[in-house]
Amino acid sequence: MMRPENFRSDTRELVGMKVSLTSYKMGDRFYCHIDNIDPGATIVRADGTTQDEAEQLAVAKAIERLTSKTKRS
Amino acid sequence: MQTYANPDVLVSTEWVAQHMRDPKIAIVEVDVDTAAYNEGHIPGAIGWNWQTQLCDTIRRDIISKDELQKLLSQSGIGNDTAIVLYGDNNNWFAAWALWQLKMYGHNDVRIMNGGRKKWLAEGRELTNEIPTPSQTTYRVFSYNEMFRAFRKHVEDEMKSPKAALVDVRSPDEFTGKILAPPGLPETCQRGGHIPGAKNIPWVQACNEDGTFKSPMELKTLYESKGITSDKSVIAYCRIGERSSHTWFVLKYLLGYPNVKNYDGSWTEWGNIVGAPVQRGG
Repeated sequence: MMRPENFRSDTRELVGMKVSLTSYKMGDRFYCHIDNIDPGATIVRADGTTQDEAEQLAVAKAIERLTSKTKRS
Repeated sequence: MQTYANPDVLVSTEWVAQHMRDPKIAIVEVDVDTAAYNEGHIPGAIGWNWQTQLCDTIRRDIISKDELQKLLSQSGIGNDTAIVLYGDNNNWFAAWALWQLKMYGHNDVRIMNGGRKKWLAEGRELTNEIPTPSQTTYRVFSYNEMFRAFRKHVEDEMKSPKAALVDVRSPDEFTGKILAPPGLPETCQRGGHIPGAKNIPWVQACNEDGTFKSPMELKTLYESKGITSDKSVIAYCRIGERSSHTWFVLKYLLGYPNVKNYDGSWTEWGNIVGAPVQRGG
């Protein structure tokens, strides 16, 4: 059994879009999840050995994904 | 202090922590983010995938009776099992599952107030172990379409002063500024809303920690926009899932007697040739 630790959740703006970023530690990994707030669909998820690493990776992936979607439309 | 109309449909995270090993209770996680369950879930919880297990994967429809029986049997759920649903993002897809289970007549279905977010924030126990429940023989004995609205019903009701349409999408979707939230594939040919609908985004029913707002706050939220219990209420969104959450709030937390979820929603209405559409606020 394990327990989530260091849970944190906040909102940010990435490439002009408001997103929600949630991260926590589970076992020996840190996980980060970014969604589009309303309706809350997942944009990206990432994991890392530290909370900052997981969040930075998720943010980079989210920017890449959101930018490519912006270009397409 | 005023209570919810049906307080038994909600259980707290603490209640789940105390009952998660009770064999008469099945804990089921249904997330928007289908990868979340594998990352860690409540010990003993079964995971259902809304994209493959809670819909007809060929035609656009809810899960069939046969598939639901199969899913519940494989999940070790009997007809008398209490099902406690929870999920991420304010229990969005937990509500979608509850709506379908109620239509298929499962009596005891509840939602864990606050969902996955609250469980994680409270640092409660999680596991990666996938449970292997004993197979049951679940039988659906009734199907109640009273909770579901189809296009024809919406067309008829929108002309009635006794009906109320509530569009639970974001203001930008409601006004027609965007066709769908960024990154979501299901879209439509026209933006806007069904004429006469009131815009009350679904997430306004929840607090920051994922729990539902108080009965008084919910009552004020809906009544201030004319969505009152004496009306025949139809909730809709883009594909019917956000509106299942509002359906749950109106039906069970506020006790409205006549509420339907129009799951065809905007991806049906906004694609119909000749359908009336209203733009702006």
